[in-house]
Amino acid sequence: MSSQVHGAQKFDKAKRAETVFSEEAMKTAQTIISRYPEGKQKSALLPILHLAQAEFGGWLSPETMDYVASILKIRPVEVFEVASFYTMYNLKPMGKCVLEVCQTSSCWLNGAEDIVKYIEKKLNIKVGETTKDGMFSLKVAECLGSCGTAPMLQCGASYHENLTYEKVDAILETYKNEGRLRSYTDLDYKNTL
Amino acid sequence: MGRKLLIHNDHVPNIHTLEVYRAHGGYASVEKALKTMQPDQVTDEVKKSGLRGRGGAGFPTGMKWSFLAKPEGVPRYLVCNADESEPGTFKDRYLMEKIPHALIEGMITSSFALGAKQSYIYIRGEYFYVARIVEAAIAEAYAAGLLGKNILGTDFSHDCSVQVGGGAYICGEETALLESLEGKRGNPRIKPPFPAVAGLWGCPTVVNNVETIAAVVPIVNMGGEEYAKIGVGKSTGTKLISASGHINKPGVYEIELGITVEDFIYSDEYCGGIRNGKKLKAVVAGGSSVPILPTELILKTAKGEPRLMTYESLSDGGFATGTMLGSGGFIAMDEDTSIVKNLFTFSRFYHHESCGQCSPCREGTGWMEKILKKFLDGTANESDVDLLWDIQSKIEGKTICPLGEAAAWPVAAAIRHFKHEFIEIAQKKKFVDISHYDRLNKIRA
Repeated sequence: MSSQVHGAQKFDKAKRAETVFSEEAMKTAQTIISRYPEGKQKSALLPILHLAQAEFGGWLSPETMDYVASILKIRPVEVFEVASFYTMYNLKPMGKCVLEVCQTSSCWLNGAEDIVKYIEKKLNIKVGETTKDGMFSLKVAECLGSCGTAPMLQCGASYHENLTYEKVDAILETYKNEGRLRSYTDLDYKNTL
Repeated sequence: MGRKLLIHNDHVPNIHTLEVYRAHGGYASVEKALKTMQPDQVTDEVKKSGLRGRGGAGFPTGMKWSFLAKPEGVPRYLVCNADESEPGTFKDRYLMEKIPHALIEGMITSSFALGAKQSYIYIRGEYFYVARIVEAAIAEAYAAGLLGKNILGTDFSHDCSVQVGGGAYICGEETALLESLEGKRGNPRIKPPFPAVAGLWGCPTVVNNVETIAAVVPIVNMGGEEYAKIGVGKSTGTKLISASGHINKPGVYEIELGITVEDFIYSDEYCGGIRNGKKLKAVVAGGSSVPILPTELILKTAKGEPRLMTYESLSDGGFATGTMLGSGGFIAMDEDTSIVKNLFTFSRFYHHESCGQCSPCREGTGWMEKILKKFLDGTANESDVDLLWDIQSKIEGKTICPLGEAAAWPVAAAIRHFKHEFIEIAQKKKFVDISHYDRLNKIRA
């Protein structure tokens, strides 16, 4: 949205040819499309973009967006205008674990800024940056609906709430050891409510 | 103990499963409505109940339903607004996560009343894991014949599915939500036509909040008149309140509308008072969009009467001395809180979430954030307070959707009730500690 700035990414024909959903992902995509009346398959765009982001490395390249357009039989620009509007879609490569720290009122009242500073220091990056090893990106987020369990951060599908410095240490340690891409579509979410 | 109708079973182990939910009386409203009632009778009960939209606007639900156009041969839709994004609000998340079948039951019963063969639950993208929980519950309902063709052997067939959003506060506005559900940017539509006439894919559509739809279940079970006996005046029934901020017991509470604000803040049944023995400074009673009130005005109206947790009592005195129940996002702040800094987090939020369609909102929210930043940086002067007031007054009422008002009201209220804080900073008598202070260590100590 308004505060997001996107660099122009180049379209690569060879990469586009390689961009194909796995059989399982394709099945999920078809299930999503079947929820809407015939001819209204464009409605499936938001959920399928989530699926594509998880499938193709945690961000939406021009090739990925072009591929999604071909599945839904819509124009690539219709995909781009949506992908660039919503905050959860990354239009540039990110770290494997994107840490999104909520910073709105209740979280701020409960020390969200301290959490952000702590992570910045610990990972030696600033908000908006990615660690050199490509493991972590740090973002700030607006209200994630965790006000009663503030401060909190989201990473992929997991909500980490009632944060303390010790909890942050443990989260980073676990994620680093596991070393895999974390997506919103992950099934092994952890929530601490 | 107040009466609970929505989350009374939230402590029951495995209440998220169909088996346990049914063992505790779940899906009785579907049985009752589909087998013994006509669709219009269900709508009548909702009308009699006095239920008002729980998403924030408080519009009478029965009336909204009766506006639904019913042209021959055109499908009608029920869409559940689960895009809960109003800062301070997390009640729908709690309800869906703990008791997802309460929502699905309400969807089926409401769809029967509206004659909708298909419904969608639009859940904010960040709640992806909540969507998983709701989807699992939907699958259970299908397997048990509670969704799909000829539900419970009746003539009524209904399909229900979930859609996740992509991260945008604006999609909580019903026409933006419909745009998003159609796979587009969340730009609100110009009204009229209202969704009741031309909603999803141009078809008649009712959009209701999660809690509103869940409330249809007890209304059908107990009857609208019984439901209306709970509460005070036009604020009937129970309401989920998300309590957060500097209170001893943050969380989601179901209250009978009509308890006093003082009771809600200080009794052990609810918030349990202010943390660390501090004094209460201010409250945002209904989500970030509603006017903030200082302690003396939130506990008592300007007339000196105790303020109640009802639509009417909270708005008593208009915006001069009152506020709104809104979404029930209740944020309490202690005596050490900088109202200016808190307002900055709100203004930053609205600037980030403005969809950019209307200039007063797109530009105004940015300017408000920018000027408030000057207060934090210590570079503001007294005229900036007037400028801030001027900008907010030029947003209100000049935009397609209410995000403009939602951004303007908190600024107006903060200046109205806490102008001295802005002035003190502008006169360099006081500074906002940008880092606040080490809250976290203090709290956890």
